[in-house]
Amino acid sequence: MSEAGKSTLTLALSKGRILEDTLPLLAAAGIEPKDDPLKSRKLRFETNRPDLSMLVIRAADVPTFVEYGAADLGIAGKDVLMEHNGNGLYEPLDLGIASCKLMVAGKPDAIEQAGSRRLRVATKYMETTRRHFAAKGQQVELIKLYGSMELAPLVGLADLIVDLVDTGNTLKANGLVPLETIAEISSRLVVNKASMKMKAGAVKELLAIFEQATAK
Amino acid sequence: MERWLLPEGVEESLPPEAWRLEEARRRLLDLYRSWGYDLVRPPLIEYLDSLLTGAGHDLELETFKLTDQLSGRMMGVRSDMTTQAARIDAHSIREEGNARYCYIGSVLRTRPDGMGGSRTPLQVGAELFGSSSVNADLEILRLMLASLEAMGLNEVSLDLGHVGIYRAFEESAGLDTQTSAELFDILQRKSLPDLRLFARQCQLSESLMGSFTALIELNGDLDVLDTAVQRLSAAGERVQAALSDLSAIARRLRGLFPDLPIHIDLAELRGYRYKTGVVFAAFVPGRGREVARGGRYDGVGASFGRGRPATGFSADLNLLVDLCANSRSEEIRILAPAVEDAALAEMIGRLRADGCRVVSALCERDLREQAQQMGCTEILVRQGKDWERQSLLRD
Repeated sequence: MSEAGKSTLTLALSKGRILEDTLPLLAAAGIEPKDDPLKSRKLRFETNRPDLSMLVIRAADVPTFVEYGAADLGIAGKDVLMEHNGNGLYEPLDLGIASCKLMVAGKPDAIEQAGSRRLRVATKYMETTRRHFAAKGQQVELIKLYGSMELAPLVGLADLIVDLVDTGNTLKANGLVPLETIAEISSRLVVNKASMKMKAGAVKELLAIFEQATAK
Repeated sequence: MERWLLPEGVEESLPPEAWRLEEARRRLLDLYRSWGYDLVRPPLIEYLDSLLTGAGHDLELETFKLTDQLSGRMMGVRSDMTTQAARIDAHSIREEGNARYCYIGSVLRTRPDGMGGSRTPLQVGAELFGSSSVNADLEILRLMLASLEAMGLNEVSLDLGHVGIYRAFEESAGLDTQTSAELFDILQRKSLPDLRLFARQCQLSESLMGSFTALIELNGDLDVLDTAVQRLSAAGERVQAALSDLSAIARRLRGLFPDLPIHIDLAELRGYRYKTGVVFAAFVPGRGREVARGGRYDGVGASFGRGRPATGFSADLNLLVDLCANSRSEEIRILAPAVEDAALAEMIGRLRADGCRVVSALCERDLREQAQQMGCTEILVRQGKDWERQSLLRD
């Protein structure tokens, strides 16, 4: 919860790819940050609404900020939410922005090549990947990487990767192909559970505004 | 090696918090006593079966386990005292009428309650057995609110729900364990997009999909209950009964506490596996999670030989004390000189009997200097034959 009284709200935005898609949506919702988050080095922004301020943080941190009430609401990719443990957040609205797919990818013959050997999968989505292969009844070895997943199969670090795929160009450029879709990804509006209860009026008003802006 | 290092989430209380904690413990137990609740002190450790029975297996992963060297059986360190109270009511005491128990004690959790959370809460709570009436739920709710008030927590808001509504719909959906766990998770996240996807995958009927959507959307102030009656009018008797209980409780609370913000949430399913009726939680500003919670859990005692209606609440006293940390005035502490004197000894005795904290100096060094080092606020100085208190705060 923001510290300044009951009806003020803090909204946490994901840096990077999602932010570029978020700003037009905010504009459509009539919310204008006072500085340009794409240019400014500030992390906290006032908006044209005196009752709403914004934080710009790493995408993977948004669920944590919102779950523990450092922000009342947040915008986070479904990929990040699937990776975030538990059900400590409300995810009432699909904003339909920053759409892509969470996919298993590899060399076209990756699975035949591995034969009966246990597959090694490189990803930064450890939880989601573990769940996905477990649901298929498949035992795999996970290798945690923080970036440049596509390199892993090329240098023999892993047989497969699990990563977000947008256009598929990076995969193609590295000789990889998408093999399986784990989930369709888009950004969600998430809400702190206590804020939804204690600031119900203000939160619901903002939800309605976003719902309208999303429908446009 | 860092021998001083405590395991993650393991708390200890130091001065001055430790005394504040103890004062809070006394205040709350006195409160429960004055409401006619009897104190029970269940053991820290029990056979695992007994701890997990009734509470379903919600607690299984939360519980620290070890092998009993005497019997070879598995024992668990309690992670929640509610089932212990239910066991006591069902077997140890077997009171015929209504039974009221309160308790306070350390519980251990294998995993912290949220990030940076505690694994060693000091659980305090009260349970009322033997009555399924709305009056019993109200009494427990009022006692929870009184506890928070006694702790000096103002600005409490209350969240009210009823697990019976969801349970009725879940049963008519006829899902297997895994898919119903998935559905439960979706409702806990109020994720309408995920619910739509789920409905498609599991071919949920139109009417059930409508009911679950309603549950996700039905939250807000008391008006929600009227909307619920309309939107869920096609639902069965159980749902109607649950709604009418919830309305009765909400309206009576509104009458009793006109200023208390009450939030209704029909998708709130805290402790769902063993709760059976009304569930509730208290929130305070500045804290993103509930500070106290409770609800109805009829029949948990059955696995101990006697199922009875039951309702109760509990909270982590460490957390409550932490939340009101700033709302307390400085304490008086008096330093007495290291002098053998009958009048001084008598004065010290009198002060202590009056509840003052008097520390006797151990050496004859300058008393003021010593007092300042020790954080004492007053010293005793000789005035003729007598002794007199002198404050150090003004100089």
